Amino acid sequence: MDYVLLIEQLLNGFQLGIILFLMAAGLTLVFGIMDLVNLAHGSLFMIGAFVGGTLTLVTDSLVLGAVLMVPAMFAIGVLVETIALRTLYRRSHLDQVLATFGLILFFNEATRLIWGPEGLAVPLPDFLEGTVALGAGITYPLYRVVIIVIGLLVALGLYLLVARTRFGMLVRAGASNREMAGALGVNIPVLFSLVFGIGAVLAGLAGLIITPITQAAIGMGEDVLILAFVVIVIGGIGSVRGAFVAALLTGIIDTMGRSFLDVVLLLFLPPNAAESAGPALSSMLIYILMAGILFFRPQGLFPPRGATAAP
Amino acid sequence: MLNRLVVAAALAAIASSPAAADIKIGFVTTLTTPAAVIGRDMRDAVELALEHIGGRMGPETVEVIYGDDEFNAQKGKQATERLILRDDVDLVAGYIWSNVLLASAPVVLSAGKILISANAGPAPLAGRRCHENFFNISWQNDQTPMALGELLNQEGIRSLYIVAPNYVAGQNMVAGVERVFTGEVVGKDMTVWPSQRDWSAELSKIKAAGPEGVFMFYPGPAGPAFVKQYQQAGLIETIPLFSVYTFDSISLPLFQEAGIEAVLGGKMTQFWAPDMQNEQNRKFVTAFQTKYGRYPSFYAAQSYDSMFFIKSAVEAVGGNVQDVDGMRAALRKAEFPSVRGKFRMGSNHFPVQNFYERTVVVDADGNWTTSAGPVVLEDHQDPYAGQCEMGG
Amino acid sequence: MKSQLTPAHAVSALLIALCAAVPYLASALDEPFYVIVFARIMIWAIAAISLNLIMGFGGMISFGHAVYLGIGGYAVGILAFHDITSAWIQLPAAIGLCALVALVFGVICLRTRGIYFIMITLALAQMVFFLSVSAERYGSDDGLNILWRSDFGSGIVDLEDGAVMYYTIFAVLMGCLFLQWRMVVSRFGMVLRASQSNETRVQAVGIPTYRYRLAAFVIAGVMCGLAGFLQANLERFVSPDMMNWHRSGELILMTVLGGTATLFGPLVGAVVFLLLSEMLSTITIHWHLLFGPFLILVVLFARGGVMGLLGSRTTRD
Repeated sequence: MDYVLLIEQLLNGFQLGIILFLMAAGLTLVFGIMDLVNLAHGSLFMIGAFVGGTLTLVTDSLVLGAVLMVPAMFAIGVLVETIALRTLYRRSHLDQVLATFGLILFFNEATRLIWGPEGLAVPLPDFLEGTVALGAGITYPLYRVVIIVIGLLVALGLYLLVARTRFGMLVRAGASNREMAGALGVNIPVLFSLVFGIGAVLAGLAGLIITPITQAAIGMGEDVLILAFVVIVIGGIGSVRGAFVAALLTGIIDTMGRSFLDVVLLLFLPPNAAESAGPALSSMLIYILMAGILFFRPQGLFPPRGATAAP
Repeated sequence: MLNRLVVAAALAAIASSPAAADIKIGFVTTLTTPAAVIGRDMRDAVELALEHIGGRMGPETVEVIYGDDEFNAQKGKQATERLILRDDVDLVAGYIWSNVLLASAPVVLSAGKILISANAGPAPLAGRRCHENFFNISWQNDQTPMALGELLNQEGIRSLYIVAPNYVAGQNMVAGVERVFTGEVVGKDMTVWPSQRDWSAELSKIKAAGPEGVFMFYPGPAGPAFVKQYQQAGLIETIPLFSVYTFDSISLPLFQEAGIEAVLGGKMTQFWAPDMQNEQNRKFVTAFQTKYGRYPSFYAAQSYDSMFFIKSAVEAVGGNVQDVDGMRAALRKAEFPSVRGKFRMGSNHFPVQNFYERTVVVDADGNWTTSAGPVVLEDHQDPYAGQCEMGG
Repeated sequence: MKSQLTPAHAVSALLIALCAAVPYLASALDEPFYVIVFARIMIWAIAAISLNLIMGFGGMISFGHAVYLGIGGYAVGILAFHDITSAWIQLPAAIGLCALVALVFGVICLRTRGIYFIMITLALAQMVFFLSVSAERYGSDDGLNILWRSDFGSGIVDLEDGAVMYYTIFAVLMGCLFLQWRMVVSRFGMVLRASQSNETRVQAVGIPTYRYRLAAFVIAGVMCGLAGFLQANLERFVSPDMMNWHRSGELILMTVLGGTATLFGPLVGAVVFLLLSEMLSTITIHWHLLFGPFLILVVLFARGGVMGLLGSRTTRD
């Protein structure tokens, strides 16, 4: 097998993993700390793409658009948390599912009313166009390299925030034992709002960053949401480290499956069967991965220390 | 006795008068979800056609009731049921998606009404499951890609890489190209539809395979996304990209906005283009541009045609749409001014028509559009017509 | 179970009476469309009842429950595709296949709890979904049209007759409601509910909760497969979309909307969910703008769904 192709596909998987991580980080924190199943996290991905995309078009700069999007998404996140979600924390997961599903419908329709059904195309600035040579005959789209770098920087920042700051300590305390953290005098409402705001910014960033590649479309967050849930479950709920590892694992396995599964199947199956089984099996691959991991580790790869089984 | 008869006749007249004075046409398309861009173009074209015929077909006034398929076969079938059972429409037209049409067709046909597809042309309805009351006014799914396969042969492409979504229309498109293309297919990826929007893995494989040409098919907004990524991967200058249905008035403004100049000069095949020279097409395209401020897509062209197609049949039966036999006979003749020019209806009620080379160009006002070139396939009939044994 | 007569009971009784009377009302009002609408609602209600068995009473939130709709449906579709239309083959095939799949899935899923259970049921359902998408022979995404409904080989149960089809669905719905009630008040149901609130304690008494939970999981799978069997017959069409995760989500929504762990909640939920979407969607294509906030309001102000609003207490209390 061609090693250039192999490395390129690894990079592709890595880049998909980065996007999944940005989605999953917020989701796993919100779930782990607030015990909130937030289906509308996918809507934040979509809103980030549309709001950030509009800011990009207005300022005529993707960088400026991205920078301006951060406070905007933070504000939207805090707003959504305060208005709609705060009352849901003490409810059952099922109530949360119903209410946040309602939010999805509302956000999708509101987006359609504001931006129209055709979605939004965000052009890539000239300096991000084209490919870069990474040596050894490997050329790779520059923008995808940028995505990987940004994602790694965000992951590093998030790691430092969670592992090295007082805020991070509270977050970790909240993830492993919510009641205890509250009893110790942590201002829970403010902590929750901050965490949700950060989650919204990360999801929005993921949405905006992918838009020059895929364009912004209504409902774009829903399939990513399911993948993000897969990621946080594999990683262990509440664990940012777990989300990072699981996101990269999911991204790489999914990409590898799409790239090489048909070739592998040809070793065992006649061409006709391989051609029809390939796409099916490669779409299933990450679910097989998740089912396998949960079968052997029912709480994912990195359950936060001291966390009890989910109710 | 006589009185009674008069009363009965009067009652019958009253009871039937709304239907007689008012033809109701159901039109199913996608009005929600991201695919609603296509539905909007179709609806706009139907509204324009109604305007152009003054809201009348023959002596009758016409009303079009729209149904939303929500980009989903079950929902499309339900929308069709609503039109047939609740709104009591006289005939049904529309349908973008093959799967929606396949699920919905029995509802219309079992009610004994005429069904006209303004876009979808799945193989079963052209072959084994053809029906005397079903007509297609666009093309059979295989035809356009077959024309493209022929174009590839003419262009001297010897090795081809194929990328298409893994659903039936995608499979049909690929089968159509492969049926005619004489070179070697060096790679083929069928991707998850409609969720996959990032083709990084497939693009890397294309680059590694190094074919002389790439064929891709992605309907709706996914097509432009693919082309953008194709460009970002640095492939658009090195490997020519061929497609069907992707470069159209829905996507070209997006390309222009994003400045992807590489699509200019891109070639495809189609039965129609906005600059085709006939009176009906000039009227249609000019009016569409004036009213909506954009070029019509082929979806719009077919939808516009569908209304004139129906009008020809309604006029042939003098407005008595209950005369399904008469309507059918008229529809078989396809005697109406089509924006594609003259064509005839095949034995399976799918058009037998020309397919042209079509190139992306810049028009006089600087807008990107497409232009019709030479005929690639002449008077072409789909490959399934032979399997069709009409008889209901 | 003995509680006072509440508005919830009155509404439930009224709904069942309405379902029974719809064909007559529809023909009297000359609105044949609503017969199909209600037939469809009742099928979803059957599926929601089956979900309620495990989710409401057993605490097992399955996010892949629609997979049994698909399996039950495809049992009809694939057999009919091969010209086997006898219901005496199709029905056992649908039931047997659903039982088998539910057993295998149950063994895998029941190791986990909470969100992990939710996600693993989703994963398993997705696998079957992608399998059906790639089954080119059976139409893949386009699905399969079913030319003839299941043939029971008798003049009495002739599903080709619209009224017979309707009342068959109605009868199955009544049967499922009855079965649900019998199960919930039985020892089986008590163990199930108890193991939801405190499994360790139930196990300590010496009851093998795992077996009870697995049995409930299989029964729910079969019941939902029955709904799939009926849906394939009613629609004369099956497609992978029947087991899309969106459908599983909608089943959860209907059940929660009506009121989980109540006998009539799933039926009420299915009626409200589908009738409201039917009505709102005819008013405006932007109906989600109204429907979304409606769902949120139900959660915020009507604990325990519509049934909770009507004063029904869950049988858990």
